[in-house]
Amino acid sequence: MFSNRSIFAAAPLAVAASLAQAQISDGVVKIGVLSDMSSLYSDIGGGGSVVAARMAIADFPTKGMKVELLSADHLNKPDVGSSIARQWYDVDKVDVIVDVPTSSVALAINQVTREKGKAFLVSGAASSDLTGKACSPNTIHWTYDTWMLANGTGNAIVKTGGDSWYFITADYAFGLALERDTEAVVLKNGGKVLGKVRHPLNAQDFSSFLLQAQASKAKIIGLANAGGDTTNAIKQAAEFGIVKGGQNLAGLLVFLSDIHGLGLDKAQGLIFTETFYWDLNDQTRGFARRFAAANSGKYPTMVQAGVYSAITHYLKAVTALKGDDGTKVIAKMKELPTDDPLFGKGTVRIDGRALHPAYLVEVKKPSESKGPYDYYKIRATIPADQAFRPLSEGGCPLVK
Amino acid sequence: MSAVHELAPRAGGFAHQRIAAAVMIAFFALAPLVAYPVFLMKVMCFALFACAFNLLIGYGGLLSFGHAMFLGTAGYASAHAAKVWGFPPEFAILFGTACSALLGLVTGLLAIRRQGIYFAMITLALAQMVYFFYLQAPFTGGEDGIQAVPRGKLFGLLDLDSVWAMYALVFAVFVGGFLLIHRAVHSPFGQVLKAIRENEARALSLGYDVNRYKLLAYVLSATLAGLAGATKVLVFELASLTDAHWTMSGEVVLMVLLGGLGTVFGPVVGALIIISMENYLAQIGSWVTVVQGVIFVICVLTFRRGVIGELGRLIGKPL
Repeated sequence: MFSNRSIFAAAPLAVAASLAQAQISDGVVKIGVLSDMSSLYSDIGGGGSVVAARMAIADFPTKGMKVELLSADHLNKPDVGSSIARQWYDVDKVDVIVDVPTSSVALAINQVTREKGKAFLVSGAASSDLTGKACSPNTIHWTYDTWMLANGTGNAIVKTGGDSWYFITADYAFGLALERDTEAVVLKNGGKVLGKVRHPLNAQDFSSFLLQAQASKAKIIGLANAGGDTTNAIKQAAEFGIVKGGQNLAGLLVFLSDIHGLGLDKAQGLIFTETFYWDLNDQTRGFARRFAAANSGKYPTMVQAGVYSAITHYLKAVTALKGDDGTKVIAKMKELPTDDPLFGKGTVRIDGRALHPAYLVEVKKPSESKGPYDYYKIRATIPADQAFRPLSEGGCPLVK
Repeated sequence: MSAVHELAPRAGGFAHQRIAAAVMIAFFALAPLVAYPVFLMKVMCFALFACAFNLLIGYGGLLSFGHAMFLGTAGYASAHAAKVWGFPPEFAILFGTACSALLGLVTGLLAIRRQGIYFAMITLALAQMVYFFYLQAPFTGGEDGIQAVPRGKLFGLLDLDSVWAMYALVFAVFVGGFLLIHRAVHSPFGQVLKAIRENEARALSLGYDVNRYKLLAYVLSATLAGLAGATKVLVFELASLTDAHWTMSGEVVLMVLLGGLGTVFGPVVGALIIISMENYLAQIGSWVTVVQGVIFVICVLTFRRGVIGELGRLIGKPL
C-alpha cells in the first residue's frame, strides 16, 4: 500500500492533509509510546511496544493523514512518567499516550491525561482501578487487568484443588490490586488465604519471602507480581525446592517473555491467563513473524500485541471523527466496535474497559514444544462477556 | 577546600553580586517566555533545594548525605495536607515546610554531635530510616506516591491550575528562599558559621556556642529544603519516593559541586545544568547517569571550584 510507506517519510498528499488539518491538531496525529525501556518490564513492553506501534501505523490505511511516533522511558517511576506526559502534551503536542506498564505510573498519567483532555491507551498496566474508581473519559484500558487475571487463573486453580493460598505481592498499585482481586476469587470459591508478604518493586532476593511462604504450608503460593520479579521468584523457588516439597506456584501475571527467560524446564506446568497468544490463528501467526523480524527475533507479548490493536482502533476512530481531540476520540472508540487481526471482534465499554476473549494457558513440557516460542497449550477460552469484571462492580463514576 | 574559602564573600563590596542576582532573577522571570514553564519550575525547586544544601556544606562545612529526607518529608506532608485534609496551597506548603523543620531539629540534635564522615553517615542512616518509613507507611501510597494532589487556589483567589499563577508562586518562593539564604550567609550568624567551618575548636574557645550555631544552620537548611519539596509537589501534583530516596541526596551534592561549593549562585547553576541534562537527554535513557558521572569526573579533575567558583576566580570576585 502506498500510504504505508509515506507515514514516516512525512509526505502526505497535500489535498488529504488540508482536509484533515481542519480538526487534527497541528495537522499531525502524534502517538507517544511511554514504557519501561531499561528495567524489569522492558521485555514485556519496552522496545517491542515501539515496534508494535510502528507496525500498527504502517498497516493502517491513513489516506494521507500524518502520523508521528515518539517514545520514552518512564523508569517505572510515577514522577518521571507524569513529567514526561506533561511535557509531551504541553510542548511536543502529543495526542495520545500508549502502553505504560507499571500501574503506579499509569495511574499518574491517567490523571494528567484527564487534566489535559488528551487520550490514554493502557496496554502494559494491570490495575483494574483504571476502569474502576480511577476511570476517566480519556482512558481506555486495552489488553488485560488484574480482575481478569484473578478471575481466569484464580478460578481455575481453586477448582482443581488449590484451595489454600499464600501471596507474595509486589508492593505497589498493581501487586496490591492483583492480590485483592485474586483473594476475592479464592474466597468466593471456598478457598482460604493463609497469609501474604509484600516485596519492593524490582526485588533481587526473594529468599525471605519464599521461606515465609514455605512455612505457611499453603498449597498454592500466588505470585502477585510481574516481569523480572516473577521470574526471579520462580527461579529462586526452584532453588528452595518449593515445588518438589508439594507446594505449587501460581504466577498470576506471566508473559511470553517471562517463559522465554525462564526456559520450559523451570516454567513447565504453570497455569495462567493471557488475552493474546501468537499461535492462535493464521493472522496472529503472520503478525508474530513480522513482529519478530523487526524485534530481533523476539515474539510479541500480549502487551505489545495490545499496543498494536489499541493504536489500530484509535486511528480508526480518528479517521471516523476526522479529528484528534482526546476526549472525543475516546468517546468514538467506545462507540465503534473493535475489530483487528490480533484480538478479534470486541467492544469498548463506557468505563474504558476493552472487551475481548481471554485464554487460560498451560506451559508445555520441553518435550511438547516444537519450535521457538512454542510454549503454551490453550486449556480454555473465556468469552469476552465473562473475562472481565461486570460493569456494575467496578465502581466507576462514569457508569450510572 | 581552602581555595573555596578564600573566595568566601567578605562584608562590603557586593555590587557584582547584586548584578549577578539581578541577572538571575531576570533570567527566571523572562525564561518562561521561551522555555517550558514546568521545566523551569522544576529547576527553581531544585535550585532552592541545592541552595539550602549549600548553606550547610558551603558555609557550615557539614556534608549531609541525607537531605532527601527533608525534600521528601515536606512533599508527603504537604501532599497529604492538600489532598486529604483539604488545606489551601499556602498552608499545605507551610505545613510541609514545618514538618521538615521539625525533622531537621530532631535529626540535627543527633547528627551535629559528630563531624566529617561520621556526620555524613549519621545523616544517611537517618534518611534511610525515613525512606523506609515512607515506603511502608500507608498514607504515602508506597511506590505509587500520593497522586492527584490538588493545587487549589492561593489565598482563595489565585487559581494555581493556571500555569502562570503556579509559575509566579514558585518564582516568589525561590527568590524569597534565595534571598533569605543570601542574608543569612552575610549576617553575623553566617560569619560565625564560617568561623566554625574553618576551625571549630577556635570558635569554641572564642566563646561561641558551636553546637547551637550548627544546629541552627542545620534546621534552616532542612526548612528551606522542605520548602523546595513542598513547592515541587504542588507543581507536579505528585509526591513520590524518588524525592526521599538516597540518590536524591547524592544528586544535590552533585548539583552543588558542579555549580560551585560555597558560592552564592553555584547551586542555582548546578541545578540548572543537572535538571537540563535529565530533561533534554532523557531520550538516551540510562546513559544520562553515565554522562552525569563523566561530567562529575571532569569537574573534579579540571575545575574543582565548580562553574561559578571558576568564574568568580576569573573575575577576581566571589560570586
